[in-house]
Amino acid sequence: MSGSTIRIDIEGVEFGYSANPVLKNINLSVNGPQLLSIIGPNGVGKSTLIHCINKILSPTKGVVYIDGQDVASTTLKELAKKVGYVPYASSDAFPLSVVDTVLMGRHPHSNWKSLDHDLDVVYETLRLINIEHLAMRSFDELSAGQHQKVMLARGLVQEPKVLLLDEPTSNLDIKHQMEVTRIMRDLSQEKGILVIMISHDLNIAAKYSDHMIMLYDGGVYAAGTPEEVLTAENIKTVYGVESDVIMSHGRPHIIMLDPLFDDNIKPLDDDVYVSSDNRVVDRMERDTIVRNVLKEPARGVTD
Amino acid sequence: MSENLHSDSLVERYHHLTMRKLLVLVVSVIGVIIVVGLFSVSAYDNISLMEAYRIIWDHIMGVEYEPRTTEWWADRFIWNTVMPRIVAAIVAGASLAAAGALMQALMNNPLADPYSTGISSGACFGAIVALVLGLTITSTSGQSGMIVNAFVGAMIPVGVVILISKRMPLSPAALILVGTALSYFFSSMVTYLLVITDADTLQNAYIWQVGTLDTIVWSSIPMMVVVTAVGSAFVMLLTRQLNVLSLGDANAKTLGLDVEKFRVVCLIVMAIMTASIVCFTGTIGFLGLVAPHLVRILVGSDNKFVVPISMAVGSFILVLADYIAMTISDVPVGVVMSIIGSPIFFLLILWQKKGYGTVY
Repeated sequence: MSGSTIRIDIEGVEFGYSANPVLKNINLSVNGPQLLSIIGPNGVGKSTLIHCINKILSPTKGVVYIDGQDVASTTLKELAKKVGYVPYASSDAFPLSVVDTVLMGRHPHSNWKSLDHDLDVVYETLRLINIEHLAMRSFDELSAGQHQKVMLARGLVQEPKVLLLDEPTSNLDIKHQMEVTRIMRDLSQEKGILVIMISHDLNIAAKYSDHMIMLYDGGVYAAGTPEEVLTAENIKTVYGVESDVIMSHGRPHIIMLDPLFDDNIKPLDDDVYVSSDNRVVDRMERDTIVRNVLKEPARGVTD
Repeated sequence: MSENLHSDSLVERYHHLTMRKLLVLVVSVIGVIIVVGLFSVSAYDNISLMEAYRIIWDHIMGVEYEPRTTEWWADRFIWNTVMPRIVAAIVAGASLAAAGALMQALMNNPLADPYSTGISSGACFGAIVALVLGLTITSTSGQSGMIVNAFVGAMIPVGVVILISKRMPLSPAALILVGTALSYFFSSMVTYLLVITDADTLQNAYIWQVGTLDTIVWSSIPMMVVVTAVGSAFVMLLTRQLNVLSLGDANAKTLGLDVEKFRVVCLIVMAIMTASIVCFTGTIGFLGLVAPHLVRILVGSDNKFVVPISMAVGSFILVLADYIAMTISDVPVGVVMSIIGSPIFFLLILWQKKGYGTVY
């Protein structure tokens, strides 16, 4: 993977809860700046992996290096100056205003008093992700999507070299998912940040990511460009679903196939189906029929 | 509210809001000053409110009056009868409120208060042991022996909580549960001691449990003032970290806060602050829980403001409650405070739910 400003090396990392291993011998080297997506099914260890990078969790085995420095021997304060984190959810037992919430991202850089410079950084970041109008609102008055944008702003004002995002677009509508992911992609280039994002939306991730890592069964199943990682075979193995991967604007685009749901072909028995013209077909012919239907121009799919 | 803030106007608006928040602090301090005046007038009926302020000011400035004049008598009555409990109320109110704000932020739990780790029941146990059994830790008996017992008793449960959390990292909720379990243990010991004692001792013990400022004398004040001043200065220095902690432990770590160490240090400070008050006044409840909430309703949850304003509001509530307790009858201040504080708190919550109150 290209780039040189920041480097993360993960060597033989393992982690488990009690007797249940989650990560098994993870070995990775990632360079920035770029947008890197971590994908994989629920419970595969995506969040656990980024928690081992930012020291929320300590690996039971193995080492994580950031720019050659062992994370385990780096103080939390020093690490916070390099690595920002945007969680999936945040506590709001004592909600602050949006500006105060985002200002907390300046904690690794600031002293007791908030400087006007910090407020300037906050404002610029709010403007960047188009939520400056929310600045004086209370955090608990916001929608789930606005929460996510505020937490994203908090991660950005930390001015990190690495930004870890745990499903940053999960509560956003499609327009805002694209907007936020595009901002992350642009920022990775403009500010030279290595952005590592956990995502369940494979198409959004494929559209904007420079590289992807696919986790499966506690290990890295595939890593590389979106085109290299997102193959129908990989998706079938990792997610257990049939799909058709086509190229759209130079990026892989996944069409999920669901024979049990599709109304043009229905299951009759194991690997035996009935087509809409009442023919009994096998699994291979079913896949061909489904793909042809999905590729019809009326569906709006572009090769 | 401007929809399109420029950076300059954000800075300006932020500072403007800061001034509005500080206004609540100023109003609370003025409230304390007014009640101090009323309190002083109640000590000596033949003076007006303004004369009371002048006499207090003159005393502070070292002015001496001609003996046996009205002013001389008023000065003596004010400074020997009511001023010790006024000062104690101001200091105790500030300390318990600061400890409450600290505890709620530390535990990320709006139901936490300074007594959540079992401090009150530990202090109570220490005091009741002195009262009922006559056993004291130091060689002194009577009031001072009871104070030392109460202080040491208060530190025992929080010491156990800290030791456990050092051996195995506990979540804030688990820490409160451990504190609650210890609290029940000490409470049952207290109940046992009260059952086996005589009626007079039982009454004294009960008043101490509810909380009272009747027994405060000038010699009680220095320790309360010093611990409160040092402790609250420490808490003020940590308000940014307390804000960060409100995001939850994991997020706070990623912003550079060593959560476990920070929590232990703060628990020790909070315990010393609370114990230094409780050992003199008994377990004055309600204040540590409610004062920070009242302040959050008015100024939001930024601990930079919540801590100092809670201290001022806590002082105001306690000195007002003690004034009412003293003027209407000999009701312990803890009882009066809950009677007047609960409905006010209730009304403020309703007020907030209607959309009033917060400054942003």
